[in-house]
Amino acid sequence: MTQPVQARVDVPRAIRDAVIAGLVAFGILLPLIGLQTTVNIRNELVLNPRPVLLAVMVAFVVTISLVMSLVVQPLAARRAAIRPDGASVRAAQRRARFAKIAIPFALGFAFLFPVFVIALGGLSGSVKWIDNFGIQILIYIMLGLGLNVVVGLAGLLDLGYVAFYAVGAYSYALLAKTFGFSFWVLLPLAGILAAFWGILLGFPVLRLRGDYLAIVTLAFGEIIRLVLINWVDLTSGYAGISGIPRPTFFGIPFTANDDGFAAVFGLEFSPVYRTIFLYYVVLCLVLLTAFVTTRLRRLPIGRAWEALREDEIACRALGIDTTKTKLSAFAIGAMFGGFAGSFFAARQGFISPESFTFMESAMIVAIVVLGGMGSQVGVAIAAIVMIGGTEIMRDLDFLKAVFGSQFDPTQYRMLLFGLAMVLIMIWKPRGLIATRDPTAFLHERKLIAAKFVKEGRG
Amino acid sequence: MSVAHDVLRVEHLTMRFGGLVAVHDLSFTARHGEITALIGPNGAGKTTVFNCITGFYQPTEGRIALQYGDPSIWNGLDALTASAAQSRVRRNSGLFLLERMPDHAVAHHARVARTFQNIRLFRGMTVLENLLVAQHNPLIRASGFSLFGIFGLAPFRRAEDAAIDKATHWLETINLIERADDPAGDLPYGDQRRLEIARAMCTDPVLLCLDEPAAGLNPRESAELSELLISIRDRHKTSVLLIEHDMSVVMQISDHVVVLDYGVKISDGTCEEVKNDPNVIAAYLGVEQEEVEAVATEVGL
Repeated sequence: MTQPVQARVDVPRAIRDAVIAGLVAFGILLPLIGLQTTVNIRNELVLNPRPVLLAVMVAFVVTISLVMSLVVQPLAARRAAIRPDGASVRAAQRRARFAKIAIPFALGFAFLFPVFVIALGGLSGSVKWIDNFGIQILIYIMLGLGLNVVVGLAGLLDLGYVAFYAVGAYSYALLAKTFGFSFWVLLPLAGILAAFWGILLGFPVLRLRGDYLAIVTLAFGEIIRLVLINWVDLTSGYAGISGIPRPTFFGIPFTANDDGFAAVFGLEFSPVYRTIFLYYVVLCLVLLTAFVTTRLRRLPIGRAWEALREDEIACRALGIDTTKTKLSAFAIGAMFGGFAGSFFAARQGFISPESFTFMESAMIVAIVVLGGMGSQVGVAIAAIVMIGGTEIMRDLDFLKAVFGSQFDPTQYRMLLFGLAMVLIMIWKPRGLIATRDPTAFLHERKLIAAKFVKEGRG
Repeated sequence: MSVAHDVLRVEHLTMRFGGLVAVHDLSFTARHGEITALIGPNGAGKTTVFNCITGFYQPTEGRIALQYGDPSIWNGLDALTASAAQSRVRRNSGLFLLERMPDHAVAHHARVARTFQNIRLFRGMTVLENLLVAQHNPLIRASGFSLFGIFGLAPFRRAEDAAIDKATHWLETINLIERADDPAGDLPYGDQRRLEIARAMCTDPVLLCLDEPAAGLNPRESAELSELLISIRDRHKTSVLLIEHDMSVVMQISDHVVVLDYGVKISDGTCEEVKNDPNVIAAYLGVEQEEVEAVATEVGL
């Protein structure tokens, strides 16, 4: 870095920018905030000007603009100038060393999570926490890891991933209700069925890349949902399927009966035992998913997926059958979606097409992108932040004291969600963990900086 | 070895893109253990010929046959063409009709490897990983289509070690062993060119097709490239088909040169023969044959 550090602050320019921002804010906010329409006693609509509030808002925008151009930007520029090229990789290596310690801790915490919750909140109060936080987050980690194979490794943007989640859930629900198969038989079966649908979707979209692939997969997700809604004979449409058999503890059901789990083990009946059992089931499923996807990435098939993301034509020139490689990515990804779906159905006991909207697909893609495409630890962190974050929003009752009793924090969920995405795109455009971990090494394992790694656009 | 026999026979190859005839009725052969150069002015159709040979394009007309192993298998060429099959494989010999095969099968079964005019490395993967991806097909079989691989069973681990050994051998050959764990996109241009050749060689090819390997190299790097290609021909017994504009490279290492102009073959022979062919000189000067002398004196040839 030979060029001089440009730390000089351009004050006139900052003022000009602030004035422009203020004018734009004034223009936009004048009709939105500056004028309020109310109905008076004679049922007439009257305009109430609110100049003070408008002035406060515009002043706020001007201040932010000034702070950005006078303080934040020079600071960022100075840091960028000081930081040499390899710094991001070195930082990532520091993080990798940290991860060596942090990952066992995180695993231990995950295993002891129900114990902590019960110790803190008592038996009955802990259901909500284990269910809404523990199980919910773990389901999304599983979905994220599955989609990561398709989007992160193979570079195929799939916006209809929720379809496989739905296939898994409905396979479990219908087969369990019709034939009475147990959860442990149906779990692999649902995975296989979802993988089959993954291949079925894969075939027609093999020739498509990038945006076109995204559109077709999105449509596929909608088709599955619409079929679920309209095939009333099979799925009972919007009404959904209820009374799905719940998983049992090696044959012992979690009921209040005499042969139920609590009675057999001489405990007082509580729904928390089922929740704890489900928590450990999904934790095992997540660990299995993580193990398999981590191993697959280091195998020839995983390397072929990543090579496909980097350069498809070069793959073909090296004798890699890109058709089979893409289909295997779709199938493996869909299989984990199917596992998650069948677990979801078993946990809820009720499913309906409402649970499989495009919003879910978007959420899972967001988890993968936020986590850093291809990074499994990143996916886990992103799932905790996104799902845990939205769940915590439900419990922020103290905000009502600040903003008045009309304030409902869950309604601002999407706003904060969007804000978080914008911030991530500004500061971490390649996701939380953007460096790539090589699958094999000769002398030493060196992380690969994000700038070399393709994001995969088909 | 006795008289070298053909590795590749291109017969009456024609490639049309709509109304444009990129290659017209081209026939030539390449022999085992030789470096065959395909040269010609820009837009002559050389890369199109490559894309037809390697299965990236399906030729409009013509036959492209490749053979390895026992040369007598060539005798079955017409019978194979008459049948609907793509190939005939007997123990260690094979005969392939490349125009009937998709690109990955040309690389996998017929063992034709290629490089690209604009380098196509897996930039976000390490140098070593690039060479391992090239050994995908033997490795995926050893991994039991990933089933053995997931549990890290011994046969797969042995295959993986062998693949790394082979990659190491090639990294030593192209002097990139020190950079094995760096991303391929981080290498200087000349190293990337050599790495792409090593990657192609890791597929164990019978025929190596190189599309302008010397483009953008400085004279020293070009000389190194020539040495590398000669060692591939002599030590690894791999036949090479080469598109190149750098005549110093072509004339130094080629055993046989084919010249294309506007999709038509205008000359075919040894370096000396081609160099003195008036058709070639006319094509490279971009004039009619009658005007060659006048133009040549004008530019001081």
